[in-house]
Amino acid sequence: MKSIADIKAIRDKMQSQIVLRDNQDAEQEIRIVVGMATCGISAGARPVFNALVDEVAARNLHNVKVTRSGCLGMCKLEPIVEVHIPGEDPVTYVLVNPEKAKNIVANHIVNGNICKDYLITNN
Amino acid sequence: MVRSHILVCGGTGCHSNNSAAVKREFETLIKERGLENDVAVVGTGCFGLCAVGPVVIVYPEGAFYSGIKVEDVAEIVDEHVVKGRLVQRLLYKEKSDQHAVKALSDTNFYKKQTRVALRNCGVINPEEIDEYIAFDGYQALIKCLTELTPQEVIDIVKKSGLRGRGGGGFPTGMKWQFAANSPGDIKYVCCNADEGDPGAFMDRSILEGDPHAVLEAMAIAGYAIGAHQGYIYVRAEYPIAVQRLKIALAQAKEYGLLGKNILDTGFDFDLEIRLGAGAFVCGEETALMTSIEGNRGEPRPRPPFPAVKGLFGKPTILNNVETYANICQIILKGPGWFASMGTEKSKGTKVFALGGKITNTGLVEIPMGTTLREVIEDIGGGIPNGKHFKAAQTGGPSGGCIPAEHFDIPIDYDNLISIGSMMGSGGMIVMDEDNCMVDIAKFFLEFTVDESCGKCTPCRIGNRRLLEYLEKITSGKATMQDLEDMENLCYYIKANSLCGLGQTAPNPVLSTLRYFRDEYIAHVVDKKCPCHVCKGLVRYTITDDCKGCSACARKCPVGAISGEIKSKFVIDPSKCIKCGLCLETCRFNAIVKE
Repeated sequence: MKSIADIKAIRDKMQSQIVLRDNQDAEQEIRIVVGMATCGISAGARPVFNALVDEVAARNLHNVKVTRSGCLGMCKLEPIVEVHIPGEDPVTYVLVNPEKAKNIVANHIVNGNICKDYLITNN
Repeated sequence: MVRSHILVCGGTGCHSNNSAAVKREFETLIKERGLENDVAVVGTGCFGLCAVGPVVIVYPEGAFYSGIKVEDVAEIVDEHVVKGRLVQRLLYKEKSDQHAVKALSDTNFYKKQTRVALRNCGVINPEEIDEYIAFDGYQALIKCLTELTPQEVIDIVKKSGLRGRGGGGFPTGMKWQFAANSPGDIKYVCCNADEGDPGAFMDRSILEGDPHAVLEAMAIAGYAIGAHQGYIYVRAEYPIAVQRLKIALAQAKEYGLLGKNILDTGFDFDLEIRLGAGAFVCGEETALMTSIEGNRGEPRPRPPFPAVKGLFGKPTILNNVETYANICQIILKGPGWFASMGTEKSKGTKVFALGGKITNTGLVEIPMGTTLREVIEDIGGGIPNGKHFKAAQTGGPSGGCIPAEHFDIPIDYDNLISIGSMMGSGGMIVMDEDNCMVDIAKFFLEFTVDESCGKCTPCRIGNRRLLEYLEKITSGKATMQDLEDMENLCYYIKANSLCGLGQTAPNPVLSTLRYFRDEYIAHVVDKKCPCHVCKGLVRYTITDDCKGCSACARKCPVGAISGEIKSKFVIDPSKCIKCGLCLETCRFNAIVKE
C-alpha cells in the first residue's frame, strides 16, 4: 500500500517523462533542434541529443523540448544544434559534442547567455 | 533516458483496424534498431478521429499519422524516429483541404474542442496507473479525503452545475445530496456503463482510454454520500473496456487507492465490476440495479427513487461514465472553472459521437452552447460527396431529429428539448438529402420494439402497433386517418409507459412528423418516397433510351424483365423485388428509379 507521499513522488517522477506529450503551449516553449540526418548521426548527433535530453530533464525544464530535424546543408559542421526561444532569433551552434551540449543548456537556456565560442564563424 | 514517445491508439475503432499489430511492429523495429532505451511505444485509448484509424502520434514533435498499416511502420521508424524527418505521405490530412497537418492540435477537428472528460484519452497508457498519476490522477481523491468534508464535496459538485451525462440531465450534486441525506449505514455507488444507444460510444472510449478517472470519481462519490461499496455495470460486448477496467481496479487496489483504509485515511471503499448482457433497458436505472442484484433486468415504478431505496433496497447513486469523468477535474480546478464553460443552465462540456453522413466519424467534446453548424461543418468536416445536410438525430432511439432550420441552435439540454429532441447520451447521427425520414423513424422504432422488456403493455404492444403503422406508410398502404391515429398512439405510449424506454420510444416518430410531415404525406397520399428509399414505393422503369441489349434481363434474379433484342425491354412490377441490380447493370442510363 502506498501513502499520500508515495503517490506524490510517483507523480513528480512520471511528470518529467510525460512532459514530452504536452503540446498545449507549443508557441510558448523553447525548442532545441538537433540535426539528425545521416550526416548528423555519423558525426555524433545521437550522443549530443541524449546529452541535451538528460540535461533538460535533470534541470526540470518543463517548457523546453528537444526535437530532431533533417540535414541543414552544412554537413561538415555537424552535429548542429539550433535553439529557438520565442520572440528571439534562432541561434545555431555547430560542431557540438555532449559536453558543449550541456553548456548550451546551462548558459543559453537557463542563464540566457549565448555560447559565442560554438557559433559559426566566417572563416 | 526516453527522448521520444510513440503513441498508438488502442481504442475499439483502431483496434478493429489492426492497431495491435502496428504497435507490435513498432516495438519489434525499435528493438532491432537498438533504440528501446530511447523510444517508448505506448498503447493509448481513443484519440477521437476513428474515421482515419489506426492513428499514431510521435512525440516530441507531436506528428499525427493516420491510417497506418503494418508495412508503414518501418518508414516511420527509419525516417522520423531515427532521422527526424516527418513522413509527409502518412501525416493526417484534413479532407477539406489536402495540406498535410503536422500536429493533432493543428487540425480543425481538435481546435474547436475542449477536452475535459476525454482529456486523458489518447494521451496516457490506460493500463499504467503511474501515467494517470502523472496527469494529476488520484490528486482529487487525496484532496477530498484530506481537506474536504463530504458535504463540502457535494457542495462543489452542486456549484459546478454538472448535470447527468447519460441522457436525463438531472443535476448530479442534487442526486448526491439526496443519497447523503437518506438515513442508513449501507449505501451504494453505481456506475452506468451500459451504453446502449446505437451510434454512441463515448462511455466505452472513456473506459478504454482513462479507466482510473471513473474509479477515482466513484471513490469520491462514495466518500461524499457515505458509501463503502460500488458497482460498475458494463456491457459484456465491450471486451477491451472490461479488460482495462479490470487492470485498473487491480492496480488501484495494489496502490491502496481502493479497498480498506485508503491511503491511511480511514476511509474504506471497494469496487466490483458487473457484466450486463447488453439489453437496452438495462441502461434504465431501476432495471440496471435489478440486474446487478441478479434478477431479470426489468424496470420498476419510481418513487421510491434510488437515492432513497435503490440497490438491494439501500440508498444508491447511479451516474453515467461521462458524468464521473468530469468529477475529478471539478474537484481539482474548482466549480467556478467548470461553470465558466457552457450555457446558463448547462455547464461544462459534452462528448458527442459523430456518425452517419459526416466526414470525420468519431468522438468530439465541445463546450455546451456550441452550435450544430460548428459541430458538423467545422469539427465534423461537413457532409461527404457534396450532399446537403438534412437533419441530425440526437439522443439515439429516445431522441429526435434536428432539421436544417435549427442548424444554428446552441446545443444544450434545454434547447434540444425545446425543439423536440434531447441530449441523450450524445449520439449524433447526421443525415443528408438521400435519407428518408420515415425510414429513419422506422429504423429507430424497430430497435426499441426489439429492446422493449415487455413488462408494461403500452411499450410492449403500443410500440409494436406503432411500427406496424410505419410499415403501412412505407409500403404505400396507409391513409390520412392512419397518420392521425399513429400520432395519437405516440402520445398514449409516452404518457403510459413504465420507464424511460417506452416513454421516449415514440420521439423519433413525433419529431420527424413535426419537421418532415410533408414526407409522410408524400408516402400516404402520393404513394411516393421522395428520397427513393422505401422499397415498397419505389418503381424501376425502362425509358426509351433502352438499346435492347438484354444485359438487365440476364442479371434480374427474378426474371421480371422481358423484351426482344434490339427493342425496348419492360419490367414487370408485379415480379420486381426492387433490388436495383438492373439499374447498376445498364450501360445506357435507360433505367430510372422513381
